[in-house]
Amino acid sequence: MTAEPDGPEDRLRRFATIWSRAVFPVTSTSLTRPELEEQLLPLARRLSEALRARSFEAETPKAVGAALVGAHCTDPDALARSLDCVDAYLVLYCGEDGPQEDLRTRCSRLQHAMAAGFAQKLRERTLAEQEAIAQAALRAQGVVAQALHASEARFRAVFEGAAIGIGIADLQGNILEVNGALVRMFGGGEQAVRGRNVSEWTHADDAPQVWRLYDELVRGEREHYHVEKAFYRPDGTVLWTNLTVSLLRDPDGQPQYQLALMEDTTERRLLNLRLRYEATHDALTGLPNRTLFFERLEKVLAAGEGQRFGLCYLDLDGFKTINDSLGHAAGDRLLVEVADRLQSCATAPGEMVARLGGDEFVALTTGPDTHREVDDLAARIMNALVAPVRIEGRELTVRGSIGIVEGPAGEHSPAEVLRSADITMYRAKSAGGNRFELADPEADARAITRHGLTTALPAALERGEFFIEYQPLVHLGDGSVRGAEALVRWLHPQHGVLGPDRFIPLAEHTGLIVPLGRWVLEQSVRQVGHWRERCGEPGPLRINVNLSPCQLTHPGLVQDTVDILERAGVSPEALCLEVTESALIGADDDLLKPLRRLAEMGVDIALDDFGTGYSNLANLRRLPVSVLKLDRSFTQSMQQFPADPVDLKIVEGIVSLAHSLDLAVTVEGVETGAQAEQLRILGCDTAQGWYYARPGPPDRLHELALVDATG
Amino acid sequence: MERPAWAPRSIDISVPSVSRIYDYYLGGSHNFEVDREAARKAMEFMPGLPKIMQANRAFMRRAVRYAAHEGITQFLDIGSGIPTFGNVHEVAREARPGARVVYVDHDPVAVAHSQVVLEGEADADVVAADLLKPRDILASRQVEQLIDLERPVALLLVAILHFVEDRDDPYSAVAELTAALAPGSLLVLTHASYEGIPLPPGRAEGAVDVYKDIRNPLVMRSRDEIARFFEGYDMVEPGLVPMPHWRPETAPEDEDPYAFSGFAGVGRAS
Repeated sequence: MTAEPDGPEDRLRRFATIWSRAVFPVTSTSLTRPELEEQLLPLARRLSEALRARSFEAETPKAVGAALVGAHCTDPDALARSLDCVDAYLVLYCGEDGPQEDLRTRCSRLQHAMAAGFAQKLRERTLAEQEAIAQAALRAQGVVAQALHASEARFRAVFEGAAIGIGIADLQGNILEVNGALVRMFGGGEQAVRGRNVSEWTHADDAPQVWRLYDELVRGEREHYHVEKAFYRPDGTVLWTNLTVSLLRDPDGQPQYQLALMEDTTERRLLNLRLRYEATHDALTGLPNRTLFFERLEKVLAAGEGQRFGLCYLDLDGFKTINDSLGHAAGDRLLVEVADRLQSCATAPGEMVARLGGDEFVALTTGPDTHREVDDLAARIMNALVAPVRIEGRELTVRGSIGIVEGPAGEHSPAEVLRSADITMYRAKSAGGNRFELADPEADARAITRHGLTTALPAALERGEFFIEYQPLVHLGDGSVRGAEALVRWLHPQHGVLGPDRFIPLAEHTGLIVPLGRWVLEQSVRQVGHWRERCGEPGPLRINVNLSPCQLTHPGLVQDTVDILERAGVSPEALCLEVTESALIGADDDLLKPLRRLAEMGVDIALDDFGTGYSNLANLRRLPVSVLKLDRSFTQSMQQFPADPVDLKIVEGIVSLAHSLDLAVTVEGVETGAQAEQLRILGCDTAQGWYYARPGPPDRLHELALVDATG
Repeated sequence: MERPAWAPRSIDISVPSVSRIYDYYLGGSHNFEVDREAARKAMEFMPGLPKIMQANRAFMRRAVRYAAHEGITQFLDIGSGIPTFGNVHEVAREARPGARVVYVDHDPVAVAHSQVVLEGEADADVVAADLLKPRDILASRQVEQLIDLERPVALLLVAILHFVEDRDDPYSAVAELTAALAPGSLLVLTHASYEGIPLPPGRAEGAVDVYKDIRNPLVMRSRDEIARFFEGYDMVEPGLVPMPHWRPETAPEDEDPYAFSGFAGVGRAS
């Protein structure tokens, strides 16, 4: 709409502008002032028309007042300013040329009606908005209440359906609510739990802190605690639980309820106990095992002042032989019987028996007076072993060696104590077995643990700590040196020279015997080669080398031997391999085959320690042996004169038997001239022993042989 | 029905609400006496508070029209409060028919009221959710139905961030929202600040204390701190400025002095 300058339209626009400028600062509209002016313009037009209308009609100015509210000019000031504006400018800009008096009167009435319309509209709007916001608040509350209701229902479902037992009690311990899981844990009877008091739930196995924690919680001094707790079920059985109790406070922070969550651990506990038992007990004998023993020993050694301990470390004598000859099943039965007997020896409180492994057992006694008790304990054990064990119709004699360690708690670690006991036991064994020895720190220091030696063996071979001594074999008929037995020694860096009895069993056990044996064979064969080069008379010297059971079964035995002989340029006849009788007990053809091959090549095979095992004379025919070496036990009684006639008869019989089988007989341990003479008369072929020479370096033998040759 | 995470344990209308106070400042009657009492108390310190609110509304109106002019048809208004007049969907539709709007607020009463106001509106809806849980907003049914996040969105954070304390990490909440928006999206933001208030500092603090008393602390931030909310977005001319200076349609000199309190700005996702 274009407005001619100062025409009615232009004047109307100017009125609207003035109006908008007056009102804009007190409105809260987000419109700009020009935009507001555009909204006011039609209102101004209606006022202008109403001003000049023939008759007064209140509806139009009322509508204008209401429209002001609609344009968000709701502030009371907006009305005041609008009315001011109408009063001052409406007649001026929109009155045109009408009668001033009438226009003024009309203008006043318009203002009254405008004010009424504004007030009415504002009241309507205010009420409507109040209604709307109240409704919104109600709706929101309804939504929240509904949500709460739903969440409560869900929590109820969680409570009821939980696999974990849930109970709520007041601070006096009265149980208010329990869920199904908790009722089921107690065996299903509701009356067993509902309506009862927490304090009735004491159990003999309650840890001391359980009820202290409870008291702290209900007093509000503790928010929660977690314990393992047992309960009596109505049927008398025990329910074990993981129990968590929490304090519930009201919104003001005051303690209100206690909440218990419990998990049934009865089954798991039983399983744990069983697993624990299995982990700490020996499956064969049912005795506590090494683990449990160490736990106990550790506890004992950590005990306070005045407490002492006594330890018996038992190793059966000759158990390996029983196992080897009668089989493992018999060996196991023997161990079970021994375990039972040991158990009956240590029944006092503070005493315990354990099996450490194999045929090794320990018995432990504790208290202030172990000094005396441990000797008694050892004596009881020795005594318990006296009666033979009957297995598969045989009466087996069981002997054992015991190492005793006794002392105050708090001085040594379990490992040190056990090591000392082990050393001491070994000392008892070395002294012939079937006895007990008391630990002696000095002896300990000198002693060599089997363990230490075993671990040092491989490096010892690499470092060349082994050497060989040779003990001459002398022909009894003419006293000439016919050869020597090679005896391996270990020059141990700490312990000095060790004989084969100290380390060969260990080497056997670890398999190191194979390389060690090969090394001994190599050295010995080379040595005999040297001897043979240097003195051929009166007969070529020969060398005896021991073969351990392990080497016997080693597949490379024949090839190794052939290689070694060839490399040294020594003929097979120069070599005699000594095999113990016990190694060949029950030997089948597979085991004998390599020996046979060696024998066929010309290597002599000697049966060592003859007469100590379960000698099976009938078996002799089958074996590819050409020499019997009589055990020294037969010749010992001949050191004196006159010799025991029974021994003489036995030796005579063996010699005669051997010769009839075309076997030569060698005797060991000849220490006196009388002995030598006796053995010569009995028909033995060769002998060795201190009477002739102790084992020594290779040159000694060379000298002996020379003396012999010249003498 | 699941209890939404935002829902309080109960609605307590004896506690003032910032959205109803805002409504009161804007001349509305969607409020209760507690709200008016708090509002009057704050106005004792800062009589011009309604003018600041009005300037916020005016800025929002300009910004929405700017966004619509830039081709944006989707609007996400977080902290929308009580719908009164000149609401985003009205302004947006006026500029661009068919524009879609999702309002977000965590005040259950504001949400309930918005639901009534928006009843029958196919292209506008409201979500009850918390700004601090952007995933709840972005994954809501309403956003899923009305807003295509592959296309530009105008995200409105008008007069809301100054109600989030630093310990609640508003920056990462905003970052998570802005990161979810497509290139070309706009971030429309206003924030209260001591800068620009035409009063001695002590007086303005009195008003801030009122909000502290009603457990809706008002966090005044500096211009630099406010600018950090736009990280990753390019500022649209004229940058972060007092509200009347942002693309004014009338002379800023004509504005009420209180309208210059705080800052407003629009950023664009590149």
